[in-house]
Amino acid sequence: MDESLTFLLSIFPRLLAAVPLTLALTAISCVIGNALAVPVALARLSPNPLLWMPSALYILLMRGTPLLVQTYLIYYGLGEVLPGSFIQQTFLWEYLKDGFWYAVFAFSLNTAGYTGEILRGAMSAVPRGEIEAAKAYGMSPWLVLWRVTLPRAVQICLPAMSGETILLLKATSLASLITVWDIMGTARQIQKESYRIYEPLIAAGIIYIITVFILTRLLNLLERRINQHRAAPQSA
Amino acid sequence: MDTTLKVEDLHKRFGEAEVLKGVSLSANTGDVIAMIGSSGSGKSTLLRCINLLEIPNSGRVYVNGELIRMKALPDGTSKPEDQKQVERIRSKLAMVFQSFNLWSHRTILENVIEAPVHVLGVPKKEAIERAEALLAKVGIADKRNFYPNHLSGGQQQRAAIARALAMEPSVLLFDEPTSALDPELVGEVLQVMRKLAEEGRTMLVVTHEMGFARDVANQIVFLHKGQIEEQGTPGEVIGHPKSERLKQFLSSTRH
Amino acid sequence: MDTSPSLLSLMSFGHDGWGARFVDGLVVTMEVSLAAYAVSLIFGLLGASAKLSPYRWLRSIADVYTTLVRALPELLLLLLVYYSGADAIKFLLSFLGDDYEDVEVDPFAAAVIALGFIGGAYMTEVMRGAIQSIPVGQIEAAKACGMSPLLRVRRIILPQMLRFALPGMSNLWLNATKDSSLISVLGSFQDILFMGYRAASTTKHYSFFYTMTALCFLIVTLVSMAGIRLIEARVNRGYK
Repeated sequence: MDESLTFLLSIFPRLLAAVPLTLALTAISCVIGNALAVPVALARLSPNPLLWMPSALYILLMRGTPLLVQTYLIYYGLGEVLPGSFIQQTFLWEYLKDGFWYAVFAFSLNTAGYTGEILRGAMSAVPRGEIEAAKAYGMSPWLVLWRVTLPRAVQICLPAMSGETILLLKATSLASLITVWDIMGTARQIQKESYRIYEPLIAAGIIYIITVFILTRLLNLLERRINQHRAAPQSA
Repeated sequence: MDTTLKVEDLHKRFGEAEVLKGVSLSANTGDVIAMIGSSGSGKSTLLRCINLLEIPNSGRVYVNGELIRMKALPDGTSKPEDQKQVERIRSKLAMVFQSFNLWSHRTILENVIEAPVHVLGVPKKEAIERAEALLAKVGIADKRNFYPNHLSGGQQQRAAIARALAMEPSVLLFDEPTSALDPELVGEVLQVMRKLAEEGRTMLVVTHEMGFARDVANQIVFLHKGQIEEQGTPGEVIGHPKSERLKQFLSSTRH
Repeated sequence: MDTSPSLLSLMSFGHDGWGARFVDGLVVTMEVSLAAYAVSLIFGLLGASAKLSPYRWLRSIADVYTTLVRALPELLLLLLVYYSGADAIKFLLSFLGDDYEDVEVDPFAAAVIALGFIGGAYMTEVMRGAIQSIPVGQIEAAKACGMSPLLRVRRIILPQMLRFALPGMSNLWLNATKDSSLISVLGSFQDILFMGYRAASTTKHYSFFYTMTALCFLIVTLVSMAGIRLIEARVNRGYK
């Protein structure tokens, strides 16, 4: 038991060194995915079938199939197509040898589907009167969207979106299956080198728990900041 | 006197129901026109057709002499020819809503400067100065940093009036501004509106407050089933109603 | 598109095609999903009961359970519980006597328990929420009728709970089918994703076979959604 504990402690530095990679995967996919979620939600709410039908299909595909399958499809599928294409001649190729950007690509697309659906619900929950007031004061449709509908919708779905972010952080562990040495990938590498099953997993688990805990706290703070209007009134 | 607002032969249908059956109306600068009528008479729809929150099926609206260009569609409806023109004209027709419709994600001050800054392009600093003066005028200067949800209904409606004034509009459109308020809060809003009328602002007010209509308006329009049934000075309309329907309406609203 | 006929023949059911093996994989995936879901129901019911129990230590255990599971990546939990689950079962069996020393724990059972353990944490929250949604008055009415606690649970709480829990439970079923794809990582199951992986690496037609794999999961999702709609319509009779 003692020896096991010593080993457990000894692998922490290596695992901690992988935390930035996990955080980078999460942050980049979160930003790209949430940005893509806006057009997905807008298209989903459009009365035009040429817009809402592709969007609905996209959301169904992203939510209806496992992320791991999507990740493999993008990693191996693009790996099959890209070599020999013009991409190989561009600067992008340097980045595409590694699994990292494939993982970012897969996670972003997946997040766009989930968050797109959340955002759609929130946008239709924005009080009609507030949108009408914006129109009545001469705002163009884009200005209404940018100044009223979107900020209000984000406020409404913020708790759901921060939940998605935590899920995304956990889901980035799947990148370890396409040769990305994130926390999970490093743990599996240590498993293979040391022939120990539990210690790397437990150490990685502790790190994940702490990371999730800190991120949850940060997201709660953000939520409180953005949802000030629900808090108790401040004195004048 | 200049005709600030002119409405000609406005028709509006919702499906089968014809809500407005050819309404014409004009307001000169400084006019305060009260529109009265039972619910379903079309008075709110008329107001919302003027700033095109509802698109009328046919008819013409002129603001400061400028016609809002509409295009007739084959299915009997119509649509604005130029969205930019609609936006420009809307910015001159500030509306005060029954349910306030303040933007709940912005403070009172932010609500007031929002449209001046982003629609009219007023520099932010100038907009803030003006907004503060307006909030003082409606009596809620101390609430500038509050969010709408933290204010009483009466305070919210006064903030909404400040938001409307900040546009320096040609016409103020009031859509039953006191109907959503608790009785004890109605007075403070009417008082602000009275002050605006005294300043000579052009106002179109859909209301149930007969006292306000009688004392403040210089013209009263009685709508019934989508048509103007009677129109005139308060003395004429309230003092000497001609039609049976108006008499009936007046007796039903008398307390 | 001259390759499409030859690609499609890869999915044929004949000797050279992968069609039959994909069907086998689909069966494995469904078996694992169903069994794991059943296990998650047990964990969920236990967890929810613990969370609502008057005993503080029970509530604490349940809190630790749901917090940990929801903070850890599914893949990590699966590996951890899969391996330790086998050891734990061996350990428990050793109390029964030496005869069980050489028992090999079935990987299927270990994987199902692992997935069910994960799903159970989410199920706990769904069920707890559902129980709390039952109007207090109805439970009081049952008490007033002289029902015993067990009878109250069986006749009033469980049937009512189902209605409130259904949306969450439906969602967790869809998750269970998708999460089952993780077992392909364990290497001892020939589920759809494993089949897709093998077919892809054997033939080098990666995009094609992973698309087929995704399609299989999509079909499972669509069929499930149709089934859920039927069940919801049945359960919500008389409420809407």
